[in-house]
Amino acid sequence: MKNFDTDVAVVGAGLIGSATALALRQRGVAVVMLERDLGGSRASGVNFGGVRRQGRSPAQLHLAARAHPIWADLKAKIGIDGEYVRSGHIKLARSQADLTALAAYAARVADFDLGLEILEGRAFRERYPCFGPEIIGGSFCPGDGQANPRLVAAAYAQAARQAGCEVIERCPVTGITREGDGFLLRCGDAVAVRARRLVNAAGAWGAGIAAALGDDIPMRFDYPTILVTEPLPPIVSVNIGIEGGGFYGRQVERGNLVMGGGFGVASGDGASRPDSGALARIGGRAAAILPATRHARVIRIWAGIEGYTADKNPFIGESANVPGLFHAFGFSGGGFQIAPAVGEVLCELICEGRSSTPVEAFRPDRFQQQSAEPGRTP
Amino acid sequence: MSGRPSPEIRPVVVGAGPAGIRAAEALVAAGLRPVVLDEGERAGGQIYRQPPAAFSRSRKALYGFEAGKAERLHATFAALRAHIDYRPRTLVWNAVPGELHVMGDAGPATVPFSHLVLATGATDRIYPFKGWTLPGVFSMGGAQIALKAQGCTIGETVALVGTGPLLYLVAYQYTKAGARIAVILDSARFTDQIAGAPAMLRQPATLAKGLYYVAWLKARGIMIVNGAIPMAAEGTERVERLVWRTPAGEGRVACDAIALGYGLRAETQIADLLGCRFSYSAAEHESLPASDATGRTSVAGVYIGGDGAGILGADAAEAAGTRAALALCEDAGLGVDGAATGALEARVGRWRGFRAGIRRAFPEPVAADFALADDVILCRCEEITVGALRAACREDGVDELNRLKALTRIGMGRCQGRMCGPAARALLAHHSGRSPGDVGRLRGQAPIKPMPLAPMPLVFDEAKP
Ligand SMILES: Cc1cc2nc3c(=O)[nH]c(=O)nc-3n(C[C@H](O)[C@H](O)[C@H](O)COP(=O)(O)OP(=O)(O)OC[C@H]3O[C@@H](n4cnc5c(N)ncnc54)[C@H](O)[C@@H]3O)c2cc1C
Ligand SMILES: Cc1cc2nc3c(=O)[nH]c(=O)nc-3n(C[C@H](O)[C@H](O)[C@H](O)COP(=O)(O)OP(=O)(O)OC[C@H]3O[C@@H](n4cnc5c(N)ncnc54)[C@H](O)[C@@H]3O)c2cc1C
Repeated sequence: MKNFDTDVAVVGAGLIGSATALALRQRGVAVVMLERDLGGSRASGVNFGGVRRQGRSPAQLHLAARAHPIWADLKAKIGIDGEYVRSGHIKLARSQADLTALAAYAARVADFDLGLEILEGRAFRERYPCFGPEIIGGSFCPGDGQANPRLVAAAYAQAARQAGCEVIERCPVTGITREGDGFLLRCGDAVAVRARRLVNAAGAWGAGIAAALGDDIPMRFDYPTILVTEPLPPIVSVNIGIEGGGFYGRQVERGNLVMGGGFGVASGDGASRPDSGALARIGGRAAAILPATRHARVIRIWAGIEGYTADKNPFIGESANVPGLFHAFGFSGGGFQIAPAVGEVLCELICEGRSSTPVEAFRPDRFQQQSAEPGRTP
Repeated sequence: MSGRPSPEIRPVVVGAGPAGIRAAEALVAAGLRPVVLDEGERAGGQIYRQPPAAFSRSRKALYGFEAGKAERLHATFAALRAHIDYRPRTLVWNAVPGELHVMGDAGPATVPFSHLVLATGATDRIYPFKGWTLPGVFSMGGAQIALKAQGCTIGETVALVGTGPLLYLVAYQYTKAGARIAVILDSARFTDQIAGAPAMLRQPATLAKGLYYVAWLKARGIMIVNGAIPMAAEGTERVERLVWRTPAGEGRVACDAIALGYGLRAETQIADLLGCRFSYSAAEHESLPASDATGRTSVAGVYIGGDGAGILGADAAEAAGTRAALALCEDAGLGVDGAATGALEARVGRWRGFRAGIRRAFPEPVAADFALADDVILCRCEEITVGALRAACREDGVDELNRLKALTRIGMGRCQGRMCGPAARALLAHHSGRSPGDVGRLRGQAPIKPMPLAPMPLVFDEAKP
């Protein structure tokens, strides 16, 4: 049995755990990070790679704004640029109602300097001849972009390690108990970690870790599905979403189109796979939105696992029931872009008890508060 | 046959080669009506591949010594047609418990199964060398398919590179078809071949055929170089020259095409997608679905036979295909003759002994022998070099194949690592100081082969994302 004694233990070496560990190390805090598989191999490494602020709730835009400059200078942070490009992001409209909704969103987030531009008619068609006739316009965010999650997630874990964090991979946490003011984590008989503070960055498995310490936090799983085509000639450079959801796509420099939409199914043992209709669904939508993909061939298709909350906002903050336990999970399909900022925020919460970025909306006990009887103590 | 098969038994066979045809035959004999799926245009599999219907070369010219066997197998299949649900041109691109996802003439479809026989065969094992991505370089299988299915050769002056008995067979077939063989470059040394001979005597007829090809080729003055490692395929637009190295020095020859293959590797993706347990076979240098002598895998209701379970050749594939189908019948509660199953297992066993001899006679070349320069392309689909693999080992401490894939894209392209997988594994093991069994295996992923994205236009059907 290997024993560790540390200030902070992090469960999960996805982007959230790794970004937190990296920020803590940069403040000189001792960190041990435990990962069941390999760092960045789950949602953080298999997601769509959309680095987008457009479409987020105003509550999340504070985090997104903080993350925005980190992406532009990723190499300084983790040693690689992660194929990040500021390609812009367009949210497409199929109807006047969609355009109205996009305009309403632009008004609602006007304070955040997203530079949104609503396009329609000839101006839209001339700028984007690639879109099919069903698409009548869209909202363009010039500063948004895309990156390669496979590279970014692995490099974040590696950067944390290089900053002095003990990263223990292929090491599932099987037991967590309270020990004095701190925590004792066990990975079977192989590893035991004593830590004064604990970060729950276990992604889709975060609610399970919380429950092990008595925190009942409601979350559901889902399995967003992505596919990749063979390389095609250049069709589109901008990252694509659509009002109402159901499709997202981008073309990488090598020419492959990465596209997603809809959800797969669990396949047991913490794994997931696309549902049998996935190919027809994504392929059909792609053909309507980007007619040039009609004859493309798919070379990979998969479904990731993500935790979703009732309000689509994550849980970020210290547990009300268990002092010293910090939750950061339930990112509801949108944790990639904001992860660099979430890591810094958690570091501030742990070291200073408060963050310069507002995160009140993400309180882990916000659903309990609603249902709790007045006057009842937690 | 005893008892009536219940309608809940829905057997599916994937592959209509020797193993799949014999499996279907045994299932029909037991009173079942299997679905038989094969992506090929016509049944026969790799060795007994049938030319397009309009094509007129004789069976003797196509199959040589194997003409009789080819004819028998094709006749068996023709007689089965009325009793099976045969779907040619149908690719199985994904598999989940109880269901295969296929793409056929009528577009995408789902094929449910209660029992599944995997008879998916094998493809060439390739090792890269400088220039192997030049136009004019083909896999050994590609060279044979050109001959069998299209009736043409890959070039006028062809060099054959690799190891294994197929090298000599293809040389023989190509010479007969009128091509000139520039050289046969075999990485196996002459002493390896002597060492393998005793075990190969278990199948004297097959050994004799092999020796016959070699003698026939030598009598025609065809150059055979043993213990040779290819150094470069050279040329500007396409292959013009092959350069190699032996302990005795360098050699070169002019050619306009090269066929490349170091034996075969099993096609195991469907078993992988269904969650079958795999284990690494040091003798075969590959990870194979674990199966017992009956063809049962670790997943109930999934059976495997033929080269897809590990390379044993076409004759063994026929026996193993029948045996796997009988295991299915046993599990489905249909009566099976115990003596017959024992005899089939013994037949497959004899081929296992022969195979061990082949392995000694034509050993896997050692990765280090290739002395590959950093700029040699390793993964052709994604154009990733050997240098990228070395850098990942050195700088990121990569010591596992799927991690290598995630960081470098090696094995991520359209062939899903069929081409580069064996070499990537050998090189990764060499550079990370682990054994090939310990660096893991590239996990199978859907689609097994590239799939059309939009078989049919579909407009938004749900409001939900
Ligand atoms: C298919 C898909 C597409 C997406 N597209 C986008 C997008 O375009 N833009 C965007 O912003 N977001 C996107 N997301 C969301 C984003 O990927 C996630 O919100 C984000 O990666 C979450 O990071 P994480 O570190 O919390 O989770 P993860 O990366 O899942 O990390 C959690 C880690 O915890 C580990 N773990 C769990 N339990 C244990 C245990 N008991 N012991 C040890 N380790 C444990 C897991 O193995 C895992 O590595 C997408 C998600 C998916 C699945
Ligand atoms: C190039 C080459 C040349 C060979 N030459 C000889 C020889 O001369 N003598 C000899 O003894 N052996 C030879 N072999 C080996 C011989 O072909 C095999 O031992 C024999 O064919 C094995 O039979 P099988 O039924 O296991 O597989 P195969 O005959 O390979 O049949 C497998 C079938 O499965 C189908 N299939 C596979 N995957 C899918 C999928 N996902 N969806 C749908 N269909 C699928 C294929 O289309 C194929 O028809 C050769 C092999 C190769 C590759």
